[in-house]
Amino acid sequence: MSTQQRTGDTIRFSEPPSIVEFGAVGGKKEGQGPLAAQFDLLFEENTFGEETWEKAESRLQRHCLDLTLKKAHCKPEQVNLLLGGDLQNQCTATAYTMRNVDVPFAGLYGACSTMAEAVGLAACFTAGGFADTVAALTSSHFCAAERQFRTPLTYGAKRTPTAQWTATASGCCIVKPQGDGPYVKAVTFGRVRDYEICDINNMGAAMAPAAAETILRYCADTGRTPADFDAVYTGDLGIVGSRLLAELLKKEGVALHNHKDCGLLLYDIDTQEVQAGGSGAGCSASVLAAHVLPMLRRKEHNRVLFLSTGALMSQITFLQGESIPGVAHLLELSSQREG
Amino acid sequence: MKLTPEEYDGLSKQASPKSKLLQDCLWAFGVGGAICLLGEILRQSYLAKGFTLTDASTMASVTLIVISAVTTSLGWYQRLAAKAGAGTLVPITGFANSVVSPAIEFKSEGYVPGVGAKMFLIAGPVIVYGLAASAVWGVIYCFIRTL
Repeated sequence: MSTQQRTGDTIRFSEPPSIVEFGAVGGKKEGQGPLAAQFDLLFEENTFGEETWEKAESRLQRHCLDLTLKKAHCKPEQVNLLLGGDLQNQCTATAYTMRNVDVPFAGLYGACSTMAEAVGLAACFTAGGFADTVAALTSSHFCAAERQFRTPLTYGAKRTPTAQWTATASGCCIVKPQGDGPYVKAVTFGRVRDYEICDINNMGAAMAPAAAETILRYCADTGRTPADFDAVYTGDLGIVGSRLLAELLKKEGVALHNHKDCGLLLYDIDTQEVQAGGSGAGCSASVLAAHVLPMLRRKEHNRVLFLSTGALMSQITFLQGESIPGVAHLLELSSQREG
Repeated sequence: MKLTPEEYDGLSKQASPKSKLLQDCLWAFGVGGAICLLGEILRQSYLAKGFTLTDASTMASVTLIVISAVTTSLGWYQRLAAKAGAGTLVPITGFANSVVSPAIEFKSEGYVPGVGAKMFLIAGPVIVYGLAASAVWGVIYCFIRTL
């Protein structure tokens, strides 16, 4: 542990752990999006053969975990810890998945930021020598989220242009202390930021300050700038949050020209009627596993920053008029172990 | 970051795309008008069949409610509403949709705590405040009438 370095909020690994395998599973709309060909598995039917949306999400996660373990030639009993979460109340999608997986499980809730949180913690566990194999698994399901946070699916409501579409998707990463990469070089866990945005249909605006804060802290801690990377991925700020992030960083004197947002990569926002873009704990997770990590593995990217952003409200706090706190966790990912 | 919530509010308003007001209004006008026209056609056809004016009006409303319930359960009403907005919300079909959609949605939680309790999740406040307002107006009317 003493060989790891922590500067400010950023943990830099002297021996960076490796994301040895990853998998992404999506639903119908994700299968019609620009990243369809990069998913490991896509379903035409969002029920995934289950009776309820909640069970469907657990089934989606199970498919994702199973196929990722299979790709990694890893048996469930070899996994020392699974870190996972979802958007359902009390994180039940993941807990119910884990009923049938005999692996130690720690549930996480970071809303849409859960994947970076899970991979960041998995990197700490493996680099610290506390685990040899850690799985990070998150998901979201449009139908389960919609009925929990908004209105029934068949209710005739018009979505505002700033609303985001919860992805029906799951992503999984297997993290080990050694491997062929991609590598987690550093992690910055974010601080909660609340700039008094109260509109539940404008989560991008609620989360952008948290993303800006985490990037600024990472830059201050490491002396690097976004320009030092091939790309800065955020998930999922959408159109509104992406504009605001660029604006906020500009005000702080940091240029952001290589920014890509998972919520805008997963769907074609011009044709798929997702308003401001995708969101959900499965959005950044699936884009990470289907798009970002494969690009690092193919060396099309050498170094990227990957942030997952979460809006940490509930239906109750929203109805009580509370503003929406945001959080963003950052991973520095590299195709090379050294350098 | 040195930014006040007020400053951020300004930035956020600038960054947020606005609703296409004219297009939305035209959709609402067209679809809402079409639903009302359908109601009138129904009423006239019931009248033509020999129903009294009161019965024909009630039958037209009931028919619209049935059409809304069926199209809601088929998932068509929401697809139209996504474009039509207030055009599908304001007519009686919107009210039927707001009752039928939670009834379908919460069936998985059982007939009593699910369907029974959640059916009026959206329509409930309309009924409560509608009744309260009519009671208040009733009292006011009682005094006005004597003037």
